[in-house]
Amino acid sequence: MKQIVTLLCLAFFASVPMWLTDPYLLNALITTGIFIIGAMSLNLLLGFTGQLSLGHIAFFGIGAYVSALTSLGFDVPIYGDFHIVHVPWPPIAGFLLAIVISGFCGYLVGRLSFSVRGAYFVIVTISFAEVVRLVALNWVELTQGPLALTNIPSITIGLPGLGYLVLKTKFHNYYLVLAVAAISYFLISRLVHSHYGRAMRGLMENETLAVAVGIDVTKTLTLAAVISAGIAGAAGSLYAHYIRIIDPDVFAFISTVTMVIMVVSGGKGSLAGPVVGGVIFGLLPVFLRPIMPPEAQWITYGVVLIVILFVMPRGIVPSLAAKLGLARAGGTRRASVAVSERTAEEHA
Amino acid sequence: MAETVLSIEHVAVHFGGLVAISDMNFHVNKGEIVSLIGPNGAGKTTAFNVMTGFLTPAKGAVNYCGADLKGKKPHEIADLGLIRTFQRTSVFPNDTVYDNVLIGLHRQGELKGKLGLAEAILGLPRARASEKAQRARAAELVRWIGLEARANDLAGSLSYGEQRLVGVALALAAQPKMLLLDEPVSGMNASETHTFVQLIRNIRDRGVTILLVEHDMPMVMSVSDRIVVLNYGRIIAEGPPDEIRKNPAVIEAYLGQGAKDVVKEVAVHA
Ligand SMILES: Nc1ncnc2c1ncn2[C@@H]1O[C@H](COP(=O)(O)OP(=O)(O)OP(=O)(O)O)[C@@H](O)[C@H]1O
Ligand SMILES: [Mg+2]
Repeated sequence: MKQIVTLLCLAFFASVPMWLTDPYLLNALITTGIFIIGAMSLNLLLGFTGQLSLGHIAFFGIGAYVSALTSLGFDVPIYGDFHIVHVPWPPIAGFLLAIVISGFCGYLVGRLSFSVRGAYFVIVTISFAEVVRLVALNWVELTQGPLALTNIPSITIGLPGLGYLVLKTKFHNYYLVLAVAAISYFLISRLVHSHYGRAMRGLMENETLAVAVGIDVTKTLTLAAVISAGIAGAAGSLYAHYIRIIDPDVFAFISTVTMVIMVVSGGKGSLAGPVVGGVIFGLLPVFLRPIMPPEAQWITYGVVLIVILFVMPRGIVPSLAAKLGLARAGGTRRASVAVSERTAEEHA
Repeated sequence: MAETVLSIEHVAVHFGGLVAISDMNFHVNKGEIVSLIGPNGAGKTTAFNVMTGFLTPAKGAVNYCGADLKGKKPHEIADLGLIRTFQRTSVFPNDTVYDNVLIGLHRQGELKGKLGLAEAILGLPRARASEKAQRARAAELVRWIGLEARANDLAGSLSYGEQRLVGVALALAAQPKMLLLDEPVSGMNASETHTFVQLIRNIRDRGVTILLVEHDMPMVMSVSDRIVVLNYGRIIAEGPPDEIRKNPAVIEAYLGQGAKDVVKEVAVHA
């Protein structure tokens, strides 16, 4: 049932460029899609482990810069005559490196904060994002600082027998973003339904008990941070190759806030939550812009958020699911309890 | 000679000026049911916290299956098969009973080798088989503990007594070699307690050593092979139920609390 709904949604999203030809709207959908990927990755931490990453945009921005620099190349003086020179690689290599390096940053931040715990993760992530932003702003030889990295090439994919396809148009990029979003959704879904995901949920609900049944806090949370950061890095890479120009503003705190809003309004801890919240708050500004002045746009934005959270405190998806009786304790589980017919005596 | 599973050697715990445990020494043999009893505040839960790595003792050592547990984290100790339950009801309240047990099966879910994560995410055969085995095992445990009818209810919505059972099922899911139970029957009525005693015996008969903290004296007397009595952080008596029942120091300790009834009750049930 749930899978059918997911597939129908995917089919719907896939059909959009067929009937929606307005480039302005398509552009809004692409950037929204990229931010939805970021929000999904944030949800893995916030919704499934309870850890708030208020510097989440750092992983996104690192992905954007890594991917851009990998495909642009650079020549950076380190000390005296010693330079690090990198010749441009294909953008797809940048995309993969973005995932790896962002994931590694997630590992470092996780290691640093999860062994100490508490509000530490929030603080470490915020500080991390600020440090990375300052590096991007000031290491001009590498990043061009405020002058921005420009002319970032579009992603090129090799199709067997058909040569190369440069994903330059909005049409192409829409499908690229949709594909990455679908893969991320699938990966996160598999993860949270595995025993790793159950360990995360256990830690979020009752850490003392989780630890007492053998769940390793640091390992479990760090794993979530790595995967979350890696996916955010992938989103950042897509952003860089689509917009084709990035400057240190990609690290703006407001972007993290946007992702948090997407997750919380849609429903944290729900796989579809960030998608629903993302579509609403990604597209809302697009529809408000032509009809009201900027101040009124922000107020409306805030009012919509407050109304959603007032009516559906747990977020749109969980609240609707509860209303429709699709709560977590669904019919599929009942069946699985009945699988074993053997007497309990044998197995205790 | 019986094989020692757990031994507590010269353990002391201080909270600021308060001496919660002073120089505690005792051991539990393989396959035994040992009870640790004592008036409120005697230090029983504190002793459990030391054994399971939640507290570091000021002095002394805990040995489990020949290994010193010093410096080990709680999850590492659980990994060795020393599993505890908690005095305050302890479940994952927003998960179903069935999912609670599944979370408890975490140790069973770990696949050997470095690629476990990739296998789980990609749904490769080994991970799928393991997932299936966990689900079957969870269903068995839920049934065995007698909560089949509540399997799909949120654990937080269960009665207090039922939640205690979920706590035990969770602990069993973690594959204990030794189980530490902290007041498991508090909040249960007489018939629930009776069933629970059968359950404990059953668990022991399957080779799990048990250390029990409990205030329900009739239950303690009937189920224990040996009893260790704690008062003000000190062991004041140790021996089989019959000896403990008659031990003047024990009666004194409980009388001091105005617990004459307990002693009487014990005599009645003898
Ligand atoms: N974390 C703590 N900080 C300070 N004092 C503590 C702490 N934990 C326990 N104590 C104190 O240590 C003493 C022993 O407590 P403990 O919980 O071990 O008793 P208990 O034997 O389990 O009692 P009960 O039968 O009521 O559960 C008590 O005086 C208690 O107040
Ligand atoms: Mg206690």
